[in-house]
Amino acid sequence: MHAELSLTVDGHHHDLTVDTRTTVLDALREHLEITSPKKGCDHGQCGACTVLLDGRRTLSCLSLAVAHDGAEITTADGLAPAGELHPLQEAFVAHDAYQCGYCTPGQICSAVGMLDEAAHGAPSVVTEDLTGDVRLDRAEIAERLSGNLCRCGAYAHIVDAVSEVAR
Amino acid sequence: MRPFAYERPDDATGAVATVTADPDAAFLAGGTNLVDHLRLGLAAPSTLVDVTGLTSTGITDLPDGGLRIGAGVRNADLAADERVRARYPALAQALLAGASGQLRNMATTGGNLLQRTRCSYFQDLTTPCNKRAPGSGCAALEGWARHHAVLGATHEPAEVACVATHPSDMAVALVALDAQVHVLGRDGERTFPLTELHRLPGDDPSRDTVLAHGELITAVDLPPAPDAGHSTYRKVRDRASFAFALVSVAAALTVEDGTITDARVAFGGVAHVPWRARAAERALIGAPVTEDTFRAAAAAELSGARPVDSPRGGTGFKLPLVTATLVATLRDLTAREETA
Repeated sequence: MHAELSLTVDGHHHDLTVDTRTTVLDALREHLEITSPKKGCDHGQCGACTVLLDGRRTLSCLSLAVAHDGAEITTADGLAPAGELHPLQEAFVAHDAYQCGYCTPGQICSAVGMLDEAAHGAPSVVTEDLTGDVRLDRAEIAERLSGNLCRCGAYAHIVDAVSEVAR
Repeated sequence: MRPFAYERPDDATGAVATVTADPDAAFLAGGTNLVDHLRLGLAAPSTLVDVTGLTSTGITDLPDGGLRIGAGVRNADLAADERVRARYPALAQALLAGASGQLRNMATTGGNLLQRTRCSYFQDLTTPCNKRAPGSGCAALEGWARHHAVLGATHEPAEVACVATHPSDMAVALVALDAQVHVLGRDGERTFPLTELHRLPGDDPSRDTVLAHGELITAVDLPPAPDAGHSTYRKVRDRASFAFALVSVAAALTVEDGTITDARVAFGGVAHVPWRARAAERALIGAPVTEDTFRAAAAAELSGARPVDSPRGGTGFKLPLVTATLVATLRDLTAREETA
């Protein structure tokens, strides 16, 4: 069974026809050939597929495309104008915050979404005072990014990179 | 994955009518569990009825001082709500202890309550599981049992055995806080205590809840608990973050002159339901604030416990873990009360 829908991805409007079983991840990768969101586990456990969907970090592998008709999606590819880097992308380069790079687009989209959540005062489970101000120390950053696995184990440098931008 | 039709009715009543009329239809909300189940082959609905936008996404004050949480409220939004953080800290902590930032942005209040067990045998179509394939047996009883139950499970007879646990953190806090759930069915709305939503496996482990096919959770109400401002949630798991609970405790206490005058306690990770620990509460109320009291409360609740004793591990370790977690939670809570 098929459905027609439109998605705005990294500022570009797309009309597409997909099988109802198609996830947002597969719509991006297989239909629109936008391959910065990666397919890691395809079960919502690794975070490699993270995109910003209507402004919030979301797992595209667990989102059915048909349920997101009209959505605005930002992938790691669209965080900055062509030829430029988002500050988090620059920080990941400066701090060597990756090894193989496969999880990196998801890490960066997740970090962008996380910084926005923190800027709005959202606490995490390691926040001492649930009603107080949010201070993004290393423990906070690690907790808030725990949905993004890096099997190369670049976590220490990822926290360095995100810390620099969080300041 | 079986092909399915996708429908988005105009309102919740229409969604209920559509699913009620079709035994193969299923509701879709955040999709964090259901989409995975479609892929795993655990669910094969002919029609998905998307209820996004059909139930409230608002958190509203009730006249009695409580809160009404729309079933469509995302877990992240509920945890970040200033009223929840200030008045129901156990709920905010439980939500934040669950899943990951991305999943909390997607998962809804209603969907969180109705998520299914993460028992690895339930999720593995090649193994026996009475919940997934009634009558086939329970592979966990002789398998790798770690996230399994110690309370209220069915160990025999083999054709109905089930030692699965309910995976939600949020639900544990909600049952401790005396939440009520609103459910819309074909014949109208009904409201009942959240403690009555989930069911023990009994002789039909395939049924997680008392809901009839087509009934839809529309909202959850929190009463104004006078002691809810002094509530907390503690979760013990195999890694520091993004893991299901081995054991968790939600608790709210009222203490007057060194004596516990009111107690609400619930356990996660130990049963087929978010487990309201009434025996522990009875042991706490009227008792002095001491570690002996906390230990006695754990012992009272665990007197009927039966861990899984599997050749490849079991859940016996959860008995001392429940005790230690309850003691630590209550010590933390009463220390905060003294300084408050």
